[in-house]
Amino acid sequence: MARTVRPIASATGRLPWQLLVPAAAGLALLVLPLVGLVVRAPWSTLPDRVGDPEVREALQLSLLTATAATCCCLVLGAPLAWLLARTTMPGRRAVRAVITVPLVLPPVVGGVALLTAFGREGVVGQLGYDAFGLRLPFTTLGVVVAQTFVALPFLVLAVEGALRSADPRFDDLAATLGASRWQTFRRVTLPLAAPGLASGAVLAWARALGEFGATITFAGSFPGTTRTMPLAVYNALNSDFDSAILLSLVLLVVSIAVLGLLRDRWLTGAAG
Amino acid sequence: MSTGSTGLDARVVTEQGGFRLDVALLVPDRSVVAILGPNGAGKTTVLRVLAGLQGLTDGHVRLGDQTVEEPASAVRLSAQQRRVGLVPQDSLLFPHLAVLDQVAFGPRHRGGSRTRARNEAASWLERLGLTELADRRPHQLSGGQARRVAIARALATEPGLLLLDEPLAALDAGGMLQLRGFLRRHLAGFAGPTVLVTHDTFDALVLADQLVVLDRGRVVQTGTPDDVARHPRSGHVAALVGLNLVRGVADGHVVRDARTAGATGPAEPVQVVTVGAHSGAVFCTFEPGAVSLHREPPRSSSRNVWPGTVTGMTPYGNAVRVEVDGDLAVLADVTPAAVTELALEPGSRVWTSVKANAVRVYPADQGDPQ
Repeated sequence: MARTVRPIASATGRLPWQLLVPAAAGLALLVLPLVGLVVRAPWSTLPDRVGDPEVREALQLSLLTATAATCCCLVLGAPLAWLLARTTMPGRRAVRAVITVPLVLPPVVGGVALLTAFGREGVVGQLGYDAFGLRLPFTTLGVVVAQTFVALPFLVLAVEGALRSADPRFDDLAATLGASRWQTFRRVTLPLAAPGLASGAVLAWARALGEFGATITFAGSFPGTTRTMPLAVYNALNSDFDSAILLSLVLLVVSIAVLGLLRDRWLTGAAG
Repeated sequence: MSTGSTGLDARVVTEQGGFRLDVALLVPDRSVVAILGPNGAGKTTVLRVLAGLQGLTDGHVRLGDQTVEEPASAVRLSAQQRRVGLVPQDSLLFPHLAVLDQVAFGPRHRGGSRTRARNEAASWLERLGLTELADRRPHQLSGGQARRVAIARALATEPGLLLLDEPLAALDAGGMLQLRGFLRRHLAGFAGPTVLVTHDTFDALVLADQLVVLDRGRVVQTGTPDDVARHPRSGHVAALVGLNLVRGVADGHVVRDARTAGATGPAEPVQVVTVGAHSGAVFCTFEPGAVSLHREPPRSSSRNVWPGTVTGMTPYGNAVRVEVDGDLAVLADVTPAAVTELALEPGSRVWTSVKANAVRVYPADQGDPQ
């Protein structure tokens, strides 16, 4: 009789080291920096430092701007996604290509591009300044614009995917029940795409929270108005490494907390 | 009918990727037309066109006095503007709305306030006996319940035309029975014309006043369901719609033909023997393929034996459809060899027989599900 006790994955043979080793290395690369952050954190002075006004200010600014940017993404991005998914508008492919550019564009380049468009001497910025005295660069509003610029593609692509997988016959049916296209969008299409909308919003929020390159280029790094958490981390790096670690930890905890919270909401929402 | 301008008058012509659909429909108010045909015949397309979800290439759609669509005179009302209630094949209840809001959706968008729409929806649910489902979400409903809610949702818009796409498909036997009864009762109460699409002859026989048989985009036969089933104009139609139907009253294992049940005098009422026991008004059906023909009174185990005269023979496929008239008119599918062997020809005296276990029985008036 052959031995019947078998190692794991015996059905398809041994796990190949050619796959196991790089997989383990990849995992280590992802986990070790986080471990380093926790190990090197200045735990003894932590309570004092967290209460530091500068930290609080940066955190507040970050949460405020990332949330505002996410709202902008929803308001601008959901209709854009609808146009791409549900209409046969000419030039749709070109529009989709343009939308994906900020995904691959280095954020610093995005910042420079924003300056050329919305800066005081920019194509649109000058008009806005001359007409309304509106100034975007180096303001909190500028931070929101920069974050929206980098986060919008994430939301549009997520929502477009959700709209494409939703059955368009629901829209047809709503029409036979007398609903206009706008009413159908509001009362049928959007609710059906809610999971995609939510995951797109979380992606956009996370992207906005971590935004650095476009923000520092377009809005600068002024404490209280444009110095968000990532900028504060970078700033602290030059003077006080412990502060940089601490700020990073706070950012890490906030991101994980929000993602975890939202994930629980969805899970219970889907079950109920 | 008082004047000529009531009900639905449509000629639906569409062309799409080489597929041409050309169907003429005349449906008076309070009348039900069933469109019967195999998959791909264009049945659902007809409904989509009538609902305004797909444009006509040619022809017209008129509802009562109103021209709803006519390409020749550039008239086309949008789906929102026509008052057409559509019940799609898989119900398509909005997954995020409870039943009450589901039914209130139409009244709401026909210009009512939120409260009024909900009141209207509640009264529709009550009228259709669905009140206890009001707070349920679509995923908490059975297939048959979902279908009933979809029907309520369509009726709540007070449509001038009701469209049902395969209303009885994909339900379990019990759900189908209940829904069939529900449809029979509430279609009778609907004031406008109804068009329903089905691939099941029995449903068409039971629910419709008129039958339109569709094949590859064309109408191959129209008539009353009984007439089409008895006198199919082609072998193809025969294969599609052939079904023997007896409306009768059941008492135990015996069903008496409704037409002769009250007969007095020498004529015995025609009886159909069934396997299961039933009572009250029922439909009995059996396939033409389950019927045997004999030249002498058979001494077989079949307890359903009726004498008659051959009135017609239509060959199709590997079979010959034989029409037998007598106390009970019966369709039988037999092999060409049997036709030769029995020397069948119009006028031949024959006996038809059907085994009791080949007879399906459906209650004719199913009450509300409880």
